[in-house]
Amino acid sequence: MTKPTPRSKSIPASRPKSGQKSRTPSEPGRTLLPKAATGIRGLDEITEGGLPKGRPTLVCGGAGCGKTLLAMEFLVRGATEFNEPGVFMAFEETAEDLTKNVASLGFDLKDLIARKKIVLDFVYIERSEIEQSGEYDLEGLFIRLGAAIDAIGAKRVVLDTIESLFVDLPNPLILRAELRRLFRWLKDKGVTAIITGERGDGTLTRQGLEEYVSDCVIVLDHRVDEQTSSRRLRVVKYRGSIHGTNEYPFLIDEDGFSVLPVTSTGLDHTTSSERISSGIERLDAMLGGKGYYRGSSILISGTAGTGKSSLVAHFTEAACRRGDRVLYFSFEESPDQIMRNMRSIGIDLQPWLKKDLLQFHATRPSETGLEMHLINTQKAVNAFKPQAVIMDPLSAFSFGNNEVEVKSMLIRLIDFLKTNRIIGVFTNLTEGGGVLEKTDLYISSLIDTWLLLRNFDSGSERNRGISILKSRGMAHSNQTREFLLTDHGVELRDVNIGPDGMLTGSARLAKEAENRAALLRRNQKDEARRTGLERKRSALEAKIALLRAEFALQEADLQTIIGQEEAEKAQWAQGSVDMGLSRKADAKSSKRKGGSK
Amino acid sequence: MKTSPTRSARQGDKQTPARYILILYVVGQSPKSVNAIANIKKICEENLQGRYELEVIDLYQQPHRAQDEQIIAVPTLIRKIPLPLRRIIGDLSDTERVLVGMDIRSKA
Repeated sequence: MTKPTPRSKSIPASRPKSGQKSRTPSEPGRTLLPKAATGIRGLDEITEGGLPKGRPTLVCGGAGCGKTLLAMEFLVRGATEFNEPGVFMAFEETAEDLTKNVASLGFDLKDLIARKKIVLDFVYIERSEIEQSGEYDLEGLFIRLGAAIDAIGAKRVVLDTIESLFVDLPNPLILRAELRRLFRWLKDKGVTAIITGERGDGTLTRQGLEEYVSDCVIVLDHRVDEQTSSRRLRVVKYRGSIHGTNEYPFLIDEDGFSVLPVTSTGLDHTTSSERISSGIERLDAMLGGKGYYRGSSILISGTAGTGKSSLVAHFTEAACRRGDRVLYFSFEESPDQIMRNMRSIGIDLQPWLKKDLLQFHATRPSETGLEMHLINTQKAVNAFKPQAVIMDPLSAFSFGNNEVEVKSMLIRLIDFLKTNRIIGVFTNLTEGGGVLEKTDLYISSLIDTWLLLRNFDSGSERNRGISILKSRGMAHSNQTREFLLTDHGVELRDVNIGPDGMLTGSARLAKEAENRAALLRRNQKDEARRTGLERKRSALEAKIALLRAEFALQEADLQTIIGQEEAEKAQWAQGSVDMGLSRKADAKSSKRKGGSK
Repeated sequence: MKTSPTRSARQGDKQTPARYILILYVVGQSPKSVNAIANIKKICEENLQGRYELEVIDLYQQPHRAQDEQIIAVPTLIRKIPLPLRRIIGDLSDTERVLVGMDIRSKA
């Protein structure tokens, strides 16, 4: 019962320590674990700088997974790029074979050996010749390795595949002890070493080398799904360093090894607010009046025959006309076929091809495998330096159950394009009958602008409709437009929305005619009403004039009467004065007496 | 470190090979090396007296020989002659295995 107490005490005590440890590498100014850059594309990103310098790293995996190649590239890059000579000790392949094998990857081993940059030592043991009598050790190996290291001042060592000693030599116990001593010795020598090992049953290596080489362990894997092979790399362990823990696809091509980290590009790409035309005026109008954003990703999805490629052709044409370079990846049609088809809607891409503004890459992704395909894409993009990349269609990638792989590839692809500020226009064939607002590839979240093309089946005809499912960062139309493929390109039309729902095609035309007739009728009615009103007004105005005239007449009469009255009144007053005078009225004359007398 | 070869010319004995040329690779004065030298000398003297050459090579002195002769384990005893080439690794403390391994048959 006393045990739990010290344990619970020790846990919080150790936690801050580990917390500090993990924080140390990110703190600026502190020295990180020294690392030896491998020079292998992608691997240095995953391992945040390379393999642990001066320590052994275990690279393990099944047969044919690329262990030897990774190790060899590590040495060659070290010798050529980082001025770190290396020793390659081969236990399985002869020096000649190795030289030949890596020559196909562009490594000139002979030259490097002649310049004393690399030492190749092939360890050959014929099991049948060997007997054991009493104890032995591997001092011979130490001496050989030591001599080779000293001969060229090697900083890097590869032991490929040291485990085969267990097959060649008797007494595994001695071997284990000796290998342990060897790895310690390598550390003491301060060389950065790669030790390769075959994957065992349930263990990373057959002989459990991971117990001895514990600084860094990388596992390679080569698997085949649906007849397509893919290679994976995973950093299982990296003592004292942060590292990417995912499985990263890698490939081996004529330039050697490349690992493709998904996260190396991250989400830190700068965005452009420049807008570029979609090639179709009315579509631009739907997209906030200005078209797509430069460097965004556009998805045009729709069922078969909805005009995806035609929209793309419009975009291509417009881009080339602007002087942008367009890289067109076609996965289902040959360039000739595309151009012929596009001529039928009045788009001629040939001149742009000649002007080197447009380049076609027609391949089937299923041929090469997704990783290879991605790398090929990146290579083509790096070589052509386009402003726009078209992939027609993305659905060509998916075969079998490789959704996850396709998605991870597309994420990397879109990331790659965005980092390079290249607008990506992708088409995707959706299967009929399914939900349209979904891609089979689950990439909708990666897409900035998503156009949905649809077929409307009505009145014994099929008509095309286009709508914007989403368009990040711009006001966009919420309406569906009908679009027509004419011999002078794509034309967008308003669809007719009436009480009967959406009408397209001849139904729309009929409805429009009907509407026109109705309008005409209405116009006529209006006209009639207007004239009626006019008439009424003139009648009313005539009446008003009449009344005014009557009123004027009456007014005149009244004025006359008023005038007469006035005159009469005046006359009457004058009359009474005269009367008074004549009657000599005192009352009034006394006033005037003096005056009158 | 070449031991003086002792030869005997018993050409008449067809059952046993006439001559043995043995090379022993050791490293310095390590216990296993010292043991191996002592053991092989004893075995040779007891079984091959007068008809063997034994060369002892110290890899510390001649490290390139390790690569030339494909030496990994030390001590390694190589039987150059008679052919085919035979190798025994270890301090040669198991005399029986050395005799079998080197196909050394003592004079009957």
